[in-house]
Amino acid sequence: MNSFRKYAGLVGVLGILVAVFSLSSKNFFQLATLISIANQIPDLTLVAVGMTLVLVVGGIDLSVGSVLALSSAVMGTFIVDFHWPLVASIPMAMLIGALCGLINGSISIGAKIPSFIVTLGMLEIARGATKTITNSQTKYIGSVIEPIGEPLPWLMLSPAFLVALGAVVLGELLLTRTVFGRYCIAIGTNAEAVRMSGIRAAPYSISVFVLCGLLCGLAGVTQAARLAAVDPNAAMGIELSAIAACVIGGTSLMGGRGSVISSFFGVLIIAVLQTGLAQLGVSDANKQIITGVVIILAVLMDALRSRFAINVHLSPKEL
Amino acid sequence: MKQDVDSILTVQGLTKRYAVTVLENVCFELRPGEIHGLLGANGAGKSTLCKIISGLVAPTAGSMSLASQMYSPSNKQTAESVGVQIVQQELNLIPTLSVAENLFLGRMPHVAGVILQQELQRRARVALERFGLDSIDPKMMVSRLGVGYQQMLEIAGALDRPCRVLILDEPTACLSAGETARLFERLTQLAQDGVGIIYISHRLDEVATICQRVTVLRDGRVVCTRDTHNLTTAMMVELMSGVNGEQCEASRSLTLEPCSDENVGAQHSASIQRIFSSSPLYSGEKGADHNISIRPPRPPLPETGRGGEEWLLGSSPIATELSDRPVLLKVEGLTRKGVVNDVSFELHAGERLGIAGLVGSGRTELLRLLFGADHADAGWIRLSPDFRERRMRHPSQAVRAGFAMVTEDRKQNGLLLSQSIRVNASLCSMRRRFSRWGWIRRQAEQKAVQEVCHSMDTRCTGIDQIVEKLSGGNQQKVAIAKWLIQDASIFLFDEPTRGIDVSARQRIYKLFESLAMQGKALVIVSSDLDELLATCDRTLVMSAGCISGVFERNEWSHEKIMQAAFAGYSGGMA
Repeated sequence: MNSFRKYAGLVGVLGILVAVFSLSSKNFFQLATLISIANQIPDLTLVAVGMTLVLVVGGIDLSVGSVLALSSAVMGTFIVDFHWPLVASIPMAMLIGALCGLINGSISIGAKIPSFIVTLGMLEIARGATKTITNSQTKYIGSVIEPIGEPLPWLMLSPAFLVALGAVVLGELLLTRTVFGRYCIAIGTNAEAVRMSGIRAAPYSISVFVLCGLLCGLAGVTQAARLAAVDPNAAMGIELSAIAACVIGGTSLMGGRGSVISSFFGVLIIAVLQTGLAQLGVSDANKQIITGVVIILAVLMDALRSRFAINVHLSPKEL
Repeated sequence: MKQDVDSILTVQGLTKRYAVTVLENVCFELRPGEIHGLLGANGAGKSTLCKIISGLVAPTAGSMSLASQMYSPSNKQTAESVGVQIVQQELNLIPTLSVAENLFLGRMPHVAGVILQQELQRRARVALERFGLDSIDPKMMVSRLGVGYQQMLEIAGALDRPCRVLILDEPTACLSAGETARLFERLTQLAQDGVGIIYISHRLDEVATICQRVTVLRDGRVVCTRDTHNLTTAMMVELMSGVNGEQCEASRSLTLEPCSDENVGAQHSASIQRIFSSSPLYSGEKGADHNISIRPPRPPLPETGRGGEEWLLGSSPIATELSDRPVLLKVEGLTRKGVVNDVSFELHAGERLGIAGLVGSGRTELLRLLFGADHADAGWIRLSPDFRERRMRHPSQAVRAGFAMVTEDRKQNGLLLSQSIRVNASLCSMRRRFSRWGWIRRQAEQKAVQEVCHSMDTRCTGIDQIVEKLSGGNQQKVAIAKWLIQDASIFLFDEPTRGIDVSARQRIYKLFESLAMQGKALVIVSSDLDELLATCDRTLVMSAGCISGVFERNEWSHEKIMQAAFAGYSGGMA
């Protein structure tokens, strides 16, 4: 009941978008289209889950795109150059992602430098490292990795999508049902109050960055699987899409408020919008404009709704 | 001009109410060319009065006139434009701008928005020279100046504007003796030019030296206005602490004609009401020797003020009883440079130890040292049972050792305002009580939080209500509840009843009582002396970072505590 109402607004927006595209294009509301959307979004979903957690503790991670590319490049190198099996190479990608996250977190929390700046640095470093590893050339991996990105015949969804879905569920459980998640929310709300409650916040905040890096590593795997290759320029600008998805879902950039499931709805809204507009033949330039407008509208609606809710609550008392 | 107006600023019937009344029908008059001291203990209403006069706060009722003209400033700018300048206690300079830019902020000489640097420097140099601050380079960044100079700079800035009334709130708090002397010289000069100066200070000897008259405030009401030449600092303390209250009442109605008899009557009955509703002990104090003694079986605090007589009896010393109890905490020479100096005391199980003192005397800082929120430079905290020497490096250590701290500013660092009661109340005990393998045990959490909310009479729609939407009193109950759930053994309360209503206050007093009965030890910092007198077994008084007095229950009085509180500032006991 309560939880349905929490997502009602987002489901509504998504419904409206689907309805509009279905009415204006015959091709949209078809299984094939919906499946293709589902199979496109694992990377963004995984990154958005990590981003949500980072935003909740009051940080931000701009390096997600570069870390994603670096992890997939490392994995590609292990598979192609060192002939490692896939099952051993995937953990390497996740390890590299987590390592980048650890560096981000330790420096920004340890030295009290805004994570915006530290991760901006990491954005450049990881991208540069990716180009070094790949010699700035796309590296073809081949069929060994393709099954991850291809739909399972009996389900029509790809393993990558299922992994992303699993990350959403686990992320939501982590945030709402565990002590770790509770502390993250508390730290993002008021770090000083958390300290004065006798809790050391630093290990939690740093872990969140590590977790975000780890998810980026995983996203690197799903992206490589989708392309069957490693692209040194992969996922450029994905940090902005991920932040947009979180914000559409109602996550606060000031920390303390956020929901992984809502961010997933944000990802869906962005993906539906992209695919729908493409099908309508809207130019890339106009697609960008419309996406921007939808992001602002969604956040505006959320702001108005919460302000309205507070007013309704206060007015009887203030009289 | 001096002839036609004998007062430059008149304040009549000024009242300010927030949740509680902070100023009640205040009448005050400032003459041109006088330095007028404003005295009062913490929370007496000095700062509020000054903020109203300088347009920072709007009064609930009452009127003011400036040089016989109606004066009701809507903000600081209007007040400044008619010549009312205030220099507040906290520094309002922008550290990253230069001295000159700070002095002329908001009124820089410019042509089409481009600052005339030469002109700015020149004017700044003039302003500084007038104040004897020639040594300061106007181009210097303010952050490079010491606190004393910053204070002087701020005063210089106020004086550079057209000035008829100047309000100084604790201007000498961080000035050296030499700087203070220079400031006084300048103030005397200004007064000779006909400026009326309102001077607030804890340093009573300064007030006695520089002020011609003083007005004493207590609990938001004017006690009296007197000439300083027939006042000693000891008498000032007496006036502030409310001994010989009647006498002052009389002298005030003599000195201040504007207050009609009717007003005085209303004030009086209001004051009686306040006394009864907030603190039952106050009424007892006027009886025997201004001393308050309470029978050892811990007094049940009455719900209402009346009917407190039965526990206001006897004077058997509580000290013997306390010394029988096990010691929970020994503090030895705890020091943090500049704020807390060589503080030692012992705390027994079941003891409620009050800490009195003026704002800035190091009370909050002492609690923060005990709780590990700040680090001590010297001294030890020894805890039962092993009493080994230790210092707290982080609040988490203190919490593990059984400390709990209810902070002064619950919005700043006590509560997660935008989160629910549940999240707030269970935060400290999450790991210990409400988790299994890292997962939250929601049922256990819900049960415990509901229980403690119920036992504290927290008014809420449910434990999932957002704390921000609760009243101040209920917010405070939540801030306390989280430590009750944690089941700490030493509770540190910093201004536990600040800004909360009477019923919540009574509930918190009752809680002190029951915690003490359970053998917990409580340290209660409060600016409300009546509160300490009513709830504590023993009271330490802090003054300028040191303990300046320890009073057992049967030997304290308002006057003694106030004297101790001012001791560190007036260079020796009066």
